[in-house]
Amino acid sequence: MSNIKIVDAPEGLEGSGFFATSLDKAIGLARSYSLWPLPFATSCCGIEFMATMGSNYDISRFGAERPSFSPRQADLLMVMGTIAKKMGPVLKQVYLQMAEPRWVIAVGACASSGGIFDSYSVLQGIDRVIPVDVYVPGCPPRPEQIIDGLMQVQHLAQNESLRRRNTEEYKALLESYKVL
Amino acid sequence: MINNESIVEEVVGQFGQKVFGFEEPFGLLTFTTNASDLVEVVGFLKNHAEFKFAFLTDLAGIHFPDNIGGELCSVCMLHSWENNIRVRIKAFVPIVDPKVPTLTTLFASANWQERETFDFYGIEYTGHPNLKRILNMEDMDYFPMRKEYPLEDATREDKIDALFGR
Amino acid sequence: MKTKLTHYLEDNIPMAENTLILPKDSNDALALNVPMVEDKQYSTLNLGPVHPATHGIFQNILTMDGEKIVDSEQTVGYIHRAFEKIAERRPFYQITTLTDRLNYCSSPINNFGWHMTVEKLLGVKVPKRAEYIRVIMMELARISDHLICNSILGVDTGAYSGFLYVMQEREKIYEIYEEVCGARLTTNMGRIGGMERDLSPTAIAKIRDLVFNSFPKVWAEFETLFNRNKIFRDRIQNVGGISSARAMEYGFTGPNLRATGVDYDVRVIEPYSSYEDFDFEIPIGHKGDTFDRFMVRNGEVWESLKIIQQAIENLPEGPYYADEDQYYLPPKKEVYSSMEALIYHFKIVMGEIDAPVGEVYHAVEGGNGELGFYLISDGGRTPFRLHFRRPSFIYYQAYPEMCKGLTISDAVVIMSSLNVIAGELDA
Repeated sequence: MSNIKIVDAPEGLEGSGFFATSLDKAIGLARSYSLWPLPFATSCCGIEFMATMGSNYDISRFGAERPSFSPRQADLLMVMGTIAKKMGPVLKQVYLQMAEPRWVIAVGACASSGGIFDSYSVLQGIDRVIPVDVYVPGCPPRPEQIIDGLMQVQHLAQNESLRRRNTEEYKALLESYKVL
Repeated sequence: MINNESIVEEVVGQFGQKVFGFEEPFGLLTFTTNASDLVEVVGFLKNHAEFKFAFLTDLAGIHFPDNIGGELCSVCMLHSWENNIRVRIKAFVPIVDPKVPTLTTLFASANWQERETFDFYGIEYTGHPNLKRILNMEDMDYFPMRKEYPLEDATREDKIDALFGR
Repeated sequence: MKTKLTHYLEDNIPMAENTLILPKDSNDALALNVPMVEDKQYSTLNLGPVHPATHGIFQNILTMDGEKIVDSEQTVGYIHRAFEKIAERRPFYQITTLTDRLNYCSSPINNFGWHMTVEKLLGVKVPKRAEYIRVIMMELARISDHLICNSILGVDTGAYSGFLYVMQEREKIYEIYEEVCGARLTTNMGRIGGMERDLSPTAIAKIRDLVFNSFPKVWAEFETLFNRNKIFRDRIQNVGGISSARAMEYGFTGPNLRATGVDYDVRVIEPYSSYEDFDFEIPIGHKGDTFDRFMVRNGEVWESLKIIQQAIENLPEGPYYADEDQYYLPPKKEVYSSMEALIYHFKIVMGEIDAPVGEVYHAVEGGNGELGFYLISDGGRTPFRLHFRRPSFIYYQAYPEMCKGLTISDAVVIMSSLNVIAGELDA
């Protein structure tokens, strides 16, 4: 017997030749284990992402193997590295082009809060321009931490309502960022 | 054998009073010249048959707020690979009229370095083909590396004095 | 080791003596000269700042005549973090963490370059053992930088597997860094006056295993896959050439310059940290095109392996830090028992030690070329002015000239082979 852990099936009614579960759970399962990241790698954290994509820490075990550099085809925006004020509008444009459902991970101290660069040219955290779902602190975070962040997004994708874009909370959030 | 003394002799012999302030911090010959003579001095050193300072290592700016009349300094470092010797040339300009002639005619690598110095200090390089900001945003209206400007972003609200009990 | 190096002679790349070869104008820029014609419709293509092919974020606006690039305009500064301004507010030992993030693929080189600059200013002499350990770490960093550059060049031309094999070896280098200093990427290695701790037996065992057993085989495999691969060579040979005279004008140093034929290497011209004790050669190319840059980096990895092998075989005994109470933290045992050590510890940590007045320039051979630190100290605990001479910033200016007349796929490959690191470009 191998010791590879496979994802458990969601709760449902099983019979011969059929499996009935709620739509939420089935779609949540599909979405969370096939997140396509957009690696927005700007600096040092990008190199740790490259190590995460390598065979030692393998992110393809989690279904995130296919990086999409086109925002239209990506589910998950991974912002890795320092975002300068010059780059802020570019980041916002990329975020706007992503289709729902979309999640954002801020990888690293610089993306979360400006990091060690407390200077005039660095945006002190990307949550000043786009809404963020998961923050992964570290400078740079170890690949295990980046994968942990990814697993938190998987948890969100499984457990949020299917059309989170229609909830009041989410709409208010996007309003506050002037994204709509 | 080329050494610092022979360079000093030649340079003083050629330019006389236009070069001054010779010193040797850590063995690297450093001298100062006027902004108007800078291209001539650098060209002389580059095209000299024996010295051959054919490589521009570095070009930077410095702000000395206490040095009235010469607050901004444009410093360039030349390196002669064949003789393995370096030299550093400074040119001081006042902050009210910081104009230095460009070295892009002699060295192509001076292009972006002068743009960077302009971006940080506001030293205007006359004759530069494309003098605009390079690292900061184009619409920035001040020169951030000057000593009077703070390091931190002015619009922060979480590092204000009130929070630190000041 | 001889057998691994002879394949360069098969490929007609001469190995240089450790003397300076003068530049020659014979190979002029290999890119075609495509003049811009009045009233002709040119299209504009925006390559970047977010683009899979640009390593890091910089923007190139290409003016194209159909498929051929006629001109390009570059915008940099998308990751300008104001290192030089931050450095004016930090005591000397805190600036090491800033230097980590310059060329983040090879952080130890930046760290030790900075430490050597400060040691030059303070007049601190570092013992031999510490210098040898520094050399080992710097050469490992150089290998790590060249591994990324060459394997990503493979990825950009479509060959992904080389990258995966090589990243495994990089993980082993990261493990060695972790043994020595605790961090994988942004190492903050060493202290002013030496190293922070001695090489542990585990670290020495890991270095030996990497350098004698596992890495040469993997690297030879990588070279077998790429060096004579027809598809790869057709993609990168005769693409993006530059003559050595032009390269000197543009301020090229490092592997990009050595690919044009000039053997300028700071480790040989101005040896620092006991490099004069080691016996290594400098691989050079002759046309300055992408293939030469690729091969020069391959050769430099072999040379770095040679240096590490020599260093680890001949590691001298002795202290790993300079006996300077004023600048190097005293051992904790003494801090708790002797009054003097306690006072020095307090003064160093609180930054009460003032540096002497002076201006110093020190250069090291980084992964991309001559990385220089120009430090002016006015006697306080922080520098008055610190300027980084960043090689990526200086040689990236030549990019438009190198891709004139070529197609977009060539432009991508040239960018990859130049090894422009965004952190170093913008600082």
